[in-house]
Amino acid sequence: MSASPANPPEQNTAEGATLLEVRNVSKRFGATEVLKNISLNIACGEFLTLLGESGSGKTTLLRLIAGFEQATSGEIWMGGERLDVLPPYKRPVNTVFQNYALFPHLSARDNIAYGLRVKRTPVSEISGRVEEALSMVKMQGFAASRPSQLSGGQQQRIALARALVNRPQLLLLDEPLSALDANLRKQMQSELKALQREIGITFLFVTHDQEEAMALSDRIALLRDGALEQVAAPRETYARPATAYAAQFIGQTNLLHGEIRGSIATCGALRWPCEEADGSVVFSLRPEAIRLSADGKRQTNEVRFRAAVRQQLYGGSTELLEVDCGKGQTLRVRVPACGRLTGEHDFVFSISDAVRVQE
Amino acid sequence: MYSRTYKSLVSIPPLFWVGAFLLLPYALMFAHSLWTVREGVIVHQWNWENYKTLFTNPLYAEVLFRTMRIAASVTLCSLLLGYPLAYYLAFHAGARKELLYQLVIVPLWVSYLVRGYAWKTILGSDGVLNAFLQYLHLTHEPVGFFLYSPFAVVLMLTHIYTPFVFLPIYAALEHIPRPLLEASQDLGAGSLQTFWRVILPLSMPGLLAGATFAFVLSLGDFLAPLLVGGPSGTMIANVVQSLFGAAFDWPLGAAISMGILVITISLLFLGEFLEKRWAFK
Repeated sequence: MSASPANPPEQNTAEGATLLEVRNVSKRFGATEVLKNISLNIACGEFLTLLGESGSGKTTLLRLIAGFEQATSGEIWMGGERLDVLPPYKRPVNTVFQNYALFPHLSARDNIAYGLRVKRTPVSEISGRVEEALSMVKMQGFAASRPSQLSGGQQQRIALARALVNRPQLLLLDEPLSALDANLRKQMQSELKALQREIGITFLFVTHDQEEAMALSDRIALLRDGALEQVAAPRETYARPATAYAAQFIGQTNLLHGEIRGSIATCGALRWPCEEADGSVVFSLRPEAIRLSADGKRQTNEVRFRAAVRQQLYGGSTELLEVDCGKGQTLRVRVPACGRLTGEHDFVFSISDAVRVQE
Repeated sequence: MYSRTYKSLVSIPPLFWVGAFLLLPYALMFAHSLWTVREGVIVHQWNWENYKTLFTNPLYAEVLFRTMRIAASVTLCSLLLGYPLAYYLAFHAGARKELLYQLVIVPLWVSYLVRGYAWKTILGSDGVLNAFLQYLHLTHEPVGFFLYSPFAVVLMLTHIYTPFVFLPIYAALEHIPRPLLEASQDLGAGSLQTFWRVILPLSMPGLLAGATFAFVLSLGDFLAPLLVGGPSGTMIANVVQSLFGAAFDWPLGAAISMGILVITISLLFLGEFLEKRWAFK
């Protein structure tokens, strides 16, 4: 995998000018190279997600921007000012920490006022802004509570208010929802998204949860082993994954290994015309791109194959089938709920849905 | 669940211990403090005479006041030494942390008396310190107040109790979650503001525990004044000792002891109250 992103970030994918520029940033801890020559732009008002498995370097990149780590090489710029030479307390960014990191000896109100107080904001201004921040996260009734008296979700809200009250140009969120249970997490996701739209602050969000990334982001920067795999809008990443890894990590997919020879792509039992140069290839074919063909007919630009249903997993509105197309090739197929299926059936998919990806 | 019989059985040894070696002696002490000595014999006649003496004779008030002053000085000095040391070890010592920690602990293995005598040889008229100062021609004759003075007592007790102050402070600092320090910086606070607003308040329980240790232990100390205090460095425990010994006035000695006990217990309660007030989860 090359160090540069497979799909270079496009300047016009998000509105507004570039706010943050990460230029060729590398970071090593001893012999381990945690980030490899990362370049990434974040636009004003954008919701950008750093997505990756644990150890992919996403949190390290966030900490470099916040100033808790120093890059081994490369620069970080923000609004025409070099950011990476400033100490954390002089950077116009604020962070929502993974486990909230609320000050246990201070009430919710004092936690939120902390940033304003250390910056010597006039006292007359502080209380108004704190109240405003509290109402922004719907926590007006909890101003006097200590963090230990609040639930995880409430602490989360206070942590968010504590960061937002400073009106940062860029808000960094380090897996802020990972400690919440599933229901609360969904609810917080939609509130977070609504809040971001409302206040228009640029969000840089770190998560390992691809569903969360897809639901919230304007763009997703997918990290793998310290390198950017793909930077694109969620819909684009899903529909046009650049690499096999991206295709598998975001959503489910079938990876078809095969070769092109004489304008024919052959992957196991499947063959279709393909106007590309000869050589070995990998295609990504989403399970829902394959459907049952009731009449056994196919349109042009479709591939039809016969396969035996090996397994059927019922998922409410859809069914996930595992089908055997012969030659030891198994595919996963997602179809609308259709009752029990056994034996052989005809399936079709559109050729354009088989997306060529890098290995 | 343990049975009732089992519970009462296991509680016998500690109850016996506390009763025989704590409550009974205190009761005896209190009883003695209400008796008097006449013609070298203890007269078992209840009265408050000893307590009256305690409050009216300026000698005792003076020694008690000096004792509190010395204890307060020791507390302050050991905090001033122990806190920065604990802070350095907890946040900046890196790989040297283990070694430095051991170095702070090692003196605790050396006998109190040995350390006391060491100070005698350092501070005395022909001691190491005076010899050194004369060698540098900073002084031309031995400086007398180094030894046998309240200064010497404070110095020796500070040396002895600094590790006791260091330990709880170090434990408190080690327990501060590091993300809190990052959060503070993230919100715009430099090192100094982070110290005042986060580190100091969160280490307050340890600081109070250490201060209580140093003050209470210094308050009851009698070896340091005996070894390096001289007449001007006499502390209340030395008075008690001489009343029980040479002066043979057990009742007055017991009354003073009760006074010290009341002060000590009040301080322990105050310390605990403050620690609870500053404790965070």
